[in-house]
Amino acid sequence: MGRGGSQVTFAQWLCRLALGGCLVALVGCAAKGPGPLYMWESFPRQQYDTLLREGYSPDEQIRLLEAHAEKARAANAALPPGFRAHQGMLQLGAGNPDRARELWNSEKLAFPESAPYMDRLLKKLDAPASPAKTENPA
Amino acid sequence: MTLSRFISFAFATGLLLLGGCASKVPAYDYAAFQQAKPVSLLVMPPVNESPDIKATPAVWAQATRPLAEAGYYVLPVTLVDETFKQNGVSSAIEATDIPYTKLRDFFGADAAVYLRVTKYGTSYAVVASETRVEVAARIVDLRSGAALWEGNAAASSSEQQQQQQGGLIGLLVAAVVKQIVGTTTDASFNYAAIANARLLAAPRYNGVLPGPRSPNYGQAPAAQ
Repeated sequence: MGRGGSQVTFAQWLCRLALGGCLVALVGCAAKGPGPLYMWESFPRQQYDTLLREGYSPDEQIRLLEAHAEKARAANAALPPGFRAHQGMLQLGAGNPDRARELWNSEKLAFPESAPYMDRLLKKLDAPASPAKTENPA
Repeated sequence: MTLSRFISFAFATGLLLLGGCASKVPAYDYAAFQQAKPVSLLVMPPVNESPDIKATPAVWAQATRPLAEAGYYVLPVTLVDETFKQNGVSSAIEATDIPYTKLRDFFGADAAVYLRVTKYGTSYAVVASETRVEVAARIVDLRSGAALWEGNAAASSSEQQQQQQGGLIGLLVAAVVKQIVGTTTDASFNYAAIANARLLAAPRYNGVLPGPRSPNYGQAPAAQ
């Protein structure tokens, strides 16, 4: 009987080992792979609202994106490509060309790949003959 | 003995059938893509072939995330839209006709991503309504005009039932889909995100190759 008892314990031990192995495998699956490169939050939705050009408030969006940028700073997470450029466009629309220039330059700094396009936008922003500069964001 | 023989025969047949399934899609030829090594992508306004006019802004806005996470710099779509408008390009079809040299000159991107939305929206039926988004993509090098990659993908609300049969992974996917869709009322916009992730995320078998900002950059194309 004592032998049988030890066999049961062995079987139980095997079961536990198998279960533990399964759990480790599952956790391994969950933890596998690097996380996202950027903090997205509602950025795609904001871009969508801007592209739709209906029922969206640029001021509200500026506030949302600033909160997003603040959250990313606190979490030490990177902002997505185009985030600062989009912010710059909104700021220009709100009549803040200096803030737009700053943001487009910071897009260039964060993503040097954006330089050709950002330079074109900055050149247009600083062109002497631009009577309707607040009207034409890009 | 005969029974166990039959079982092993059935098993072998099953394996063969599975093997047949796995080798159905031939591997994509990445020669041009690997040679071009694009760093920045200009996503062109998606051409809409569906009756819903929101298809273009939705699929456009949802294209940045999978491509950026794949390791590319993606030009800001809202500013690209503005630049097109200011230069008198008012439709996605018109934009498609612009020569690649001119796009390169204007935006400085290495490659352009041309998208076509073939299905977008919810069809309401008596028994069950379905929200479906289908997108096709083509990537063209703006320095050489070479075609680098093409593919297509779909996402549908009717998958949630089907995926219950897909084991643990299927359940997880269904849960994610349900969660994403549960967040807002604009269902098609969310299915555009799923379709675009399936279409443009990397690494995926026969998908877009990971870009320079991805930890998977330079690795062999994803296995099936």
